[in-house]
Amino acid sequence: MLEIKDLHKTFNPGTVNAKTALNGVDLVLNEGDFVTVIGGNGAGKSTMLNAIAGVWKPDRGKIMIDALDVTSMPEFKRAKFLGRVFQDPMMGTAATMSIVENLALAARRGQMRGLRWGITNAERDEYREMLKTLDLGLEDRLTTKVGLLSGGQRQAITLLMASIKKPKVLLLDEHTAALDPKTAQKVLSLSDKIIADHNLTTLMITHNMRDAIAYGNRLIMMNEGKIMFDISGETKKNLTVEDLLEKFSAKSGEEFANDKALLS
Amino acid sequence: MNILSLLGSMPGAVAQGFIWGIMAIGVYITFKILDFADLTVDGSMCTGGAVCVMMMISGHSIFVSFLVAVIVGMITGLVTGLFHTFMGIPAILAGILSQLALYSVNLKIMGKANQALSVRNYDLLVSLQYLRNVPFYKNSIFVIVVIVIVLIAVLYWFFGTEFGSSIRATGCNLNMSRAQGINTNFNTVFALMLSNGIVALSGALLAQYQGFADVQMGRGAIVIGLAAVIIGEAIIGRFFSNFAVQLLAVGIGGVVYYIVYQIVIWCGIDTDLLKMLSAVVVALFLGIPYWKSHYGSGAKGGKKNA
Repeated sequence: MLEIKDLHKTFNPGTVNAKTALNGVDLVLNEGDFVTVIGGNGAGKSTMLNAIAGVWKPDRGKIMIDALDVTSMPEFKRAKFLGRVFQDPMMGTAATMSIVENLALAARRGQMRGLRWGITNAERDEYREMLKTLDLGLEDRLTTKVGLLSGGQRQAITLLMASIKKPKVLLLDEHTAALDPKTAQKVLSLSDKIIADHNLTTLMITHNMRDAIAYGNRLIMMNEGKIMFDISGETKKNLTVEDLLEKFSAKSGEEFANDKALLS
Repeated sequence: MNILSLLGSMPGAVAQGFIWGIMAIGVYITFKILDFADLTVDGSMCTGGAVCVMMMISGHSIFVSFLVAVIVGMITGLVTGLFHTFMGIPAILAGILSQLALYSVNLKIMGKANQALSVRNYDLLVSLQYLRNVPFYKNSIFVIVVIVIVLIAVLYWFFGTEFGSSIRATGCNLNMSRAQGINTNFNTVFALMLSNGIVALSGALLAQYQGFADVQMGRGAIVIGLAAVIIGEAIIGRFFSNFAVQLLAVGIGGVVYYIVYQIVIWCGIDTDLLKMLSAVVVALFLGIPYWKSHYGSGAKGGKKNA
């Protein structure tokens, strides 16, 4: 489904600010994989997701989606294969446009946008039904501008947008990190439900080790631009936070000194 | 100070106000919809007028002259768009570069600093001679209002289409747009072309109306356009969410600007100061929402209206 080979990326190369963000990442996702990604700050988690999304071109390496080499395909063209939810709730939706307009934009992902009317009436009914499943009361606020919604509501809508056209890969970049704990849990279980309902191949970055263990069928940990380990199946199910911390210090020779990851 | 002379100047102010209102609708597309402060308009306004006048002088029909003026206006937008998307030049600077280049281009189009287009020798669409003693369908105010209404109808339709919606999304959130498969560079260039085409149309109308094109005619157009957008929003736009009403408000904003302009002249204020006055008014109106959101108690309310 998704194949990454020997991916490298250095920001500001040749300057004092040079930062190697990806240092040879290899990863193969099988259809239906739900992979949680953990790692310290600067480990290259978001960089990897941005490389897959095509925000910029990697220095070296190859990205294949469904055996198609997309390494030099521009971001907007690649979007037809991907669903994305960002950390910042402001980033995934158009604030000055209404809820239905946002969904209609997403429904046309990967299609030629012509001079047909932007939203059909049939779509409105369809979107109302979809919004009902969120159970946030948004089905009665179809024409409300998304900018007036809360962060959690916006992330829920972004999730709908990401999955409205079944993506080959769903990329969740710490999409609950900016939310309060209760809302974060709600958005997370909603994500889980959407992923299960559509059998979506997913990469989910999280800072929360408990969530990383509880969700998905596979877990990868990154450090210094590389994947340190990759656990799936029964082994993953039986993991504990202590196991992870131990593995981390054994492999990298340093403590996983991130309070946020430990406490949350 | 004769009130009759003020009233006498009103039809002219309304006609000219709507012409500037058309320009302001072009500014609205870039400034409000695309979120791109496009300074090309100071040049493309004159380009529209210059092309139209030269086409008419060389014997082309009104229709062809307008068409070519609009197309050339769109090309000016294309240049600014490529400066920004293809060469990575910041929006404001891209517009300034085009504007500067257009000063030379406009001089070359006209061959000199201004070109007259006498209403006696040519059959014009609008003219300040066509405000009185003409059948209503020839009256310039009528003609211009019809053009404004048609323009608003076309834009209302366009920005409701799939393509138009994707341009609105581009102006609102580039990241989201690209994630949804929208070619934001193409949309940015297209919106700049559309905007400058409309500005050139306004320039062509203005040149006909006043009977000449002048290399200085677009100076400060962006400020007048912003003033019209702001006035329109303050007196009409903020009470309605309908897009067509928003556009109409901008057009009417242009008229209000010109009526105030006439009143200021009538009051005997030195006309040399008018551009400064416009700049101060626009600066204040742009500053007030900012102050409100930073220092006022109505921080949330101000955000909602924005």
